[in-house]
Amino acid sequence: MDFLKIFGRESVASKDIAKERLRLILVHDRANVSPKFLEMIKSQLIDMISNYMEIDEDGLELKMTRIDKDKNVTVPALVANIPIKKVKHLSRI
Amino acid sequence: MGEVIVITSGKGGVGKTTTTANLGTGLALYGNKKVVLVDADIGLRNLDVVMGLENRIVYDLVDVANGMCRLKQALIKDKRFENLYLMPAAQTKDKTAVTPEQMKKLCEDLKQEFDYVLVDSPAGIEQGFKNAVAGADKAIIVTTPEVSAVRDADRIVGLLEASGFEEPKLVINRLRPDMVRRGDMMDIDDMIDILAIELLGVVPEDEKIVISTNRGEPAVADESSKAGKAYRNMVSRLLGQDVPLMTMENVEPSFFDKLRMFFGLKART
Repeated sequence: MDFLKIFGRESVASKDIAKERLRLILVHDRANVSPKFLEMIKSQLIDMISNYMEIDEDGLELKMTRIDKDKNVTVPALVANIPIKKVKHLSRI
Repeated sequence: MGEVIVITSGKGGVGKTTTTANLGTGLALYGNKKVVLVDADIGLRNLDVVMGLENRIVYDLVDVANGMCRLKQALIKDKRFENLYLMPAAQTKDKTAVTPEQMKKLCEDLKQEFDYVLVDSPAGIEQGFKNAVAGADKAIIVTTPEVSAVRDADRIVGLLEASGFEEPKLVINRLRPDMVRRGDMMDIDDMIDILAIELLGVVPEDEKIVISTNRGEPAVADESSKAGKAYRNMVSRLLGQDVPLMTMENVEPSFFDKLRMFFGLKART
C-alpha cells in the first residue's frame, strides 16, 4: 500500500471500494436485518449484560459482517464490541 | 410448446427493454424462431418505441386480458423481421389493470403459438414485477456495473428463487472496458462472485445503442455494433450453443495498450 503511495497512486481502486460497499449492503439485505432490528438486539444485549457488568453503552458496537468459515466459504456474522467499565458481583465469579 | 422468459432487473434504466428487443429480434433473425415480445410495463410502455413499432398499436395487452379483443388482434407483426411479433402494453392504464392470473393465462396462450415469449418487466418489485414473472418459465436479470444496480439485482435473484425460478441468468450491461482496465469499474468476475448466478452475456457500452434506439432498429442486426455482437452471442447461447465471452479483447489491455501505458500515454479506449 505505502509503496504505491510513494509513487503517487491511490492505494485503493474505486472498484474495490464499490465491491466492499456492495458486500456489506448485501450482508444486510440478504439477512433482512434493518438498523432498527439491530438497535433492538443492542438494547436487549445492554439490559442483559448490565446484570453482570457495567458497560460503556455509547461505545457498544454491533454490526453485521461476513466471516470466513472455510476456504472460499463466508457466512454472515453478528459481531459485537462491548467495552467493559467494571465487572459487578466479583464475589460470584 | 414455447418458452416464456422474463427480462427483469429491479432497478430502472439498466437496459431491460433494450435487452428484450435485441434478444427477441436476434432469436427471430438468427435462430429462425417464432418470437413474441411482451411489454409488461403497463402505463409506461417503451418496447414499442425501441422496436420502432409505436405507430401500429391498435389493441394492447390489457385489452386482451380483459377480453376486449382477440389475442391475434393485439399482436403487431414486425415487417422487417420474419417471425417477430410485439404485444404492446397499455399506456393509459396502470399496473393494476391486469392480475398475475391474467398474465399467466396470456403467457400460456402465447406459448402455444410461439417458440419464445420474452416478457419485458417494469422496474421495481411490486405488482408490475409480479405480473411480469407470473407466467414465466425462466428469467434473465439485467444489471450494470454499479453498486445500486447490482444490489437490486441481488434482491431480484432472491425473490425469483423464492418463487421457484431455477437458475436465473445474468446480463451485465454497459460495461466499459477502459474503466475496468483502470480499476474504476467492477469487472465481470466481481459481479458473478457477488451474485452467484450464471452469466448469459456482457454488453459493452456502445454509442450505437443510442443511434439504434433513435431509429427504432435493434442493434443486434447491426454487424458493426459491438453491443450487437454481444447480443448475437447471447442469442446463440440461448439456442444452446457454447460461445465464449468476448471479454478478452475488450477488457484486457492489448499489447499496444501496454506499450502505450509503459511510455505513459493514455490507454486506447
